[in-house]
Amino acid sequence: MSTVKETRPGTDRAPVSQNPRPLTYPPDASQSIGGEVSVQIDGQDVKVPIGTSLLDAAKKVGVHIPTLCHHPDLRVAGVCRVCVVEVEGQRTLQAACAYPVTSPLKVHTHTRKVRQARRHVVDLMLSTHCGECYSCKRNNNCELQKLAREYGVDFFRFGHVKASRIPKDESSYSVVRDMDKCILCRRCVRTCIDLQEVGVLEAIGRGHETRISTYLDKALADVVCINCGQCINRCPTGALHANDTSDEVWRAIDDPTKHVVIQTAPSPRAAIGECFGLEPGVPMTGQLNTALKLAGFDKVFDTNFTADLTILEEGTELLVRLHDALVKKQPTALPQFTSCSPGWVKYLEHFHPEYIPNLSSAKSPQQMFGAVIKTWYAQRNGIDPKDIVTVALMPCSAKKFECNRPEMDSSGFKDVDFGLTTREMAQMIQEAGIHLPSLAKSGFDDPFGDATGSGVIFGATGGVMEAALRTVIELVTGLKVEKLFEHANIVSVRGFEGVRLIELPITQVASEVPEIIRKHVPSFDFLKGVTLKVAVAHGTANAKRVMEDIRAGGPFSECHFIEFMGCPGGCLGGGGQPIPTSPEIRQARAKAIYAEDAGSAVRKSHENPAVLRLYTEFLTDGPCGHKSHELLHTHYTARGKHIG
Amino acid sequence: MTVIDSRRTPLTFDSIVPGTGLAVALKLSRADLIATVAASNLRGRGGAGFPTATKWNLAAAAKVAEGECKFVVCNADEGEPGTFKDRVLLTEYAPLVFEGMTIAARAVGAKRGILYLRGEYVYLRPALDAELARRRKDGVLGAAIGGVAGFDFDVEIRMGAGAYVCGEETALIESLEGQRGEPRNRPPFPVDTGFRNQPTVVNNVETLAAVTAILAKGPEFFRKLGSERSAGFKLFSVSGDCDAPGVYEFPLGLTLRELLEQAGGTDAKAVQVGGASGVCVPAAQFGRRIAFEDVATGGSIIVFGPHRDMLAVAKNFMEFFCEESCGQCTPCREGNAKLLEGIRMLERGECSTAYLRELRLLGETMQLASKCGLGQSSPNAFLSIVEHFPDEVLGRSLAAAGGTR
Ligand SMILES: Cc1cc2nc3c(=O)[nH]c(=O)nc-3n(C[C@H](O)[C@H](O)[C@H](O)COP(=O)(O)O)c2cc1C
Ligand code: SF4
Ligand code: SF4
Ligand code: SF4
Ligand code: SF4
Ligand code: FES
Repeated sequence: MSTVKETRPGTDRAPVSQNPRPLTYPPDASQSIGGEVSVQIDGQDVKVPIGTSLLDAAKKVGVHIPTLCHHPDLRVAGVCRVCVVEVEGQRTLQAACAYPVTSPLKVHTHTRKVRQARRHVVDLMLSTHCGECYSCKRNNNCELQKLAREYGVDFFRFGHVKASRIPKDESSYSVVRDMDKCILCRRCVRTCIDLQEVGVLEAIGRGHETRISTYLDKALADVVCINCGQCINRCPTGALHANDTSDEVWRAIDDPTKHVVIQTAPSPRAAIGECFGLEPGVPMTGQLNTALKLAGFDKVFDTNFTADLTILEEGTELLVRLHDALVKKQPTALPQFTSCSPGWVKYLEHFHPEYIPNLSSAKSPQQMFGAVIKTWYAQRNGIDPKDIVTVALMPCSAKKFECNRPEMDSSGFKDVDFGLTTREMAQMIQEAGIHLPSLAKSGFDDPFGDATGSGVIFGATGGVMEAALRTVIELVTGLKVEKLFEHANIVSVRGFEGVRLIELPITQVASEVPEIIRKHVPSFDFLKGVTLKVAVAHGTANAKRVMEDIRAGGPFSECHFIEFMGCPGGCLGGGGQPIPTSPEIRQARAKAIYAEDAGSAVRKSHENPAVLRLYTEFLTDGPCGHKSHELLHTHYTARGKHIG
Repeated sequence: MTVIDSRRTPLTFDSIVPGTGLAVALKLSRADLIATVAASNLRGRGGAGFPTATKWNLAAAAKVAEGECKFVVCNADEGEPGTFKDRVLLTEYAPLVFEGMTIAARAVGAKRGILYLRGEYVYLRPALDAELARRRKDGVLGAAIGGVAGFDFDVEIRMGAGAYVCGEETALIESLEGQRGEPRNRPPFPVDTGFRNQPTVVNNVETLAAVTAILAKGPEFFRKLGSERSAGFKLFSVSGDCDAPGVYEFPLGLTLRELLEQAGGTDAKAVQVGGASGVCVPAAQFGRRIAFEDVATGGSIIVFGPHRDMLAVAKNFMEFFCEESCGQCTPCREGNAKLLEGIRMLERGECSTAYLRELRLLGETMQLASKCGLGQSSPNAFLSIVEHFPDEVLGRSLAAAGGTR
């Protein structure tokens, strides 16, 4: 295990972060090294690289141009027209977000024409917008509302819709569509088609009849939506929001006969501060624990506990698959795919169902926790599991769907009763009158306690892989990971590159297999000289690329283990996270997550004392044993593309 | 709109022997070929009047991606209400149109041509396909055209699906690529980022036929016709309240009065020049010239007789735009609906002068801030009718409201 080789997939497709139809103009301008052009914006001169949009050029000199359909993660649309500016010599106004600077220009951003156009555009949007801000999920965090205020809308010049015209689509466990509030910026369409490449949402109809719809106008639950919620995160208004179950959680808290426990995933704590006005990247772990207790939860547990458990189950499963393939020479489904991202899982079920055998059968940490709480925890504490309500605080909208999958009842009860998003929890905390950032810190409750750094990094793309590698490397080689990687940081799997493929040649193996897994794999000798190939992909567009490569027998088909995350950036960019999102915000959240890992006392899943206790006290036949199969593993449904 | 295509004047195109233009073009270097077109001062016949040689020069200079090629697209979507001159060209002068495409391909170095044919013209398809087959047999399409090594060019026909906006060149390209027909942001322009993101020349049917005529007869002949900034002859589709509707050829720069005299519509109270997206000129201004520097048109001339209700005319146009807006950008999608609603209010005498003033400003916003030419021109008819026929527009409002407003 001495060299780490990184290879990039040879695909002809652009990585998702790139604009498929480049803004740069002329198209080869981006290659003309050092090509700069000067622009004068409201009298200020600035030099920018050729092809820079007027919007970015204005930002450079501190001139704010309002936008609505523009989003840093999405390709340029130029459809809302709120960003129009006057370019000297041009008959019409130009959309600053879509106008590439290629020659010296003089630009004015608040002339009479510009102000009139902006106000009219906002007025026109409001004229078809039906919603009352005070009852809206996006009140105070709505781009339309903000524009109306900034651009001096003092009455509804062109009228206003008073009564709802379009029924809400609440069919999905994860995403609610309230098209009364849609202003047709099409960010959701570009998210679903270009960023995620799922393709559920599209504009249909023309002119005034244009609206956003699904295949054959079906309900969201009846189409191939993977519940990733990325469209929610990029919708400027309240037209898309998560299916909020916080009132039911309040009801459980209010019910004295219920024992309400909450598990919190690593990503919400890295982001929830944003909902309280903090800069992105300020971790709130300790404060959040305190807040949840204050809000009325009986116990607060760390999902990282089951993240560590997942590593042991999924890692063992991988070793078993490798053993089956290399020693028993059995036909084995490899590479093994991670299964902790429910958006990714549903994506695979719809679009690549023949690869279901490759999915790890291990449940996600959320679902494992639910099962353990309603069995071991209930027994240990003498609580009737029917009186336990398990809530999961997740960065994710797809987790809501996951906890409602009918097969998720191995404890004899619904393993997880409610999934709440970071946004919904921030709302509950506010409702309880708590100012999160000013709280004192507190720890997680026993018997699960504080988990390891490996569990924490599940929140970032590459985190599951890094955690798995820390454990697998140590078990297989018998060497300390710190010997191989400085501070046990396997940095080659980190980062926001869309797809990463890493090769780890195994040059030495431990003489003994740890007892806990010996019955599955009697010896590691078969791994000596094997080059372990692992890969990481985040966002379904990248997942799609990897799957196409596997189908074509490309380099990814030779991998042993691949981490897939449904959302760009991994869970920290999940569909339940605070709005807005951008590459910079996701970077800042990732920093917070890696800082928490670095500060953890225990950083490897197999050293988590609570996990080891679970195996000695409860899951006594070890990882992938009979009992854990019953409680901690699951099966999947081949859904296909044509459903409903 | 009744569609008439009887020819009312002799056409210059009758005197062009097919093949002459291309033969001349093949003897010229590509630069000289474009220079010849430049010398004619030909401006696009599709409506916008962009200088054809300038467009070709940009496309000729643009780079092609590896394994791709440049394209010449003939815009035969002819969707502007009151326009039917391209149909005459495609019916009777298709060889000249295809010849023009081939000359354009030679000029810019394109390998593939596409005729984007209006859906309703599908009945022309067999004849056009036969003409293409004939040209391939004659060696004026296909590999090494006219024996010039490396000059390979062929044309295919693609059908439109009935959306007016697909006549807009970037929406046309989206439609060719199998997407919703919605205009793109410009820049980049099709001349460097067009069909399949490759340099693409989009020209109107008549522009391409005119190119053939210019090459055949020399640029001087063309430039001498018309006005200084609007050279050449032009076809007009004249319809509405006149004695002799049909297709006319005139040099650009003639006055509306001259045209109405020919068509037998001198008692008209207004003429809509440029179709639904054009402007409405009242009788008092019939001395204005039809030219890019005065009132421009892609060919549509609609005559309104003395009995016409001008508010109904405006309403008719607005209904058209409400249906035909692609729905992409806010000013056009919502603005047209508001203007139509305003016209209905005017009809009922329910529109205050203050709101009418707001609607006129909205029209200005649409002209300035819409994403494409459709929304930028859709308020024109409404605005010019409100400006020139205030009595018909507001009079009714005052009368119907009992003079209380
Ligand atoms: C809404 C809209 C519809 C148009 N329809 C047509 C059309 O039917 N035929 C046409 O030749 N040009 C049409 N145009 C103009 C084209 O965008 C383009 O300018 C023209 O095809 C260029 O050819 P030319 O330079 O030869 O005129 C339309 C433009 C707009 C904005
Ligand atoms: S979407 Fe925005 S503007 Fe509309 S009701 Fe909600 S907060 Fe208000
Ligand atoms: S949740 Fe994801 S898959 Fe579903 S519509 Fe939104 S972006 Fe598309
Ligand atoms: S649902 Fe939201 S993101 Fe989608 S078009 Fe409407 S306002 Fe925009
Ligand atoms: S102006 Fe109208 S037709 Fe053009 S892009 Fe906007 S909505 Fe579409
Ligand atoms: S932000 Fe530029 S057009 Fe919408």
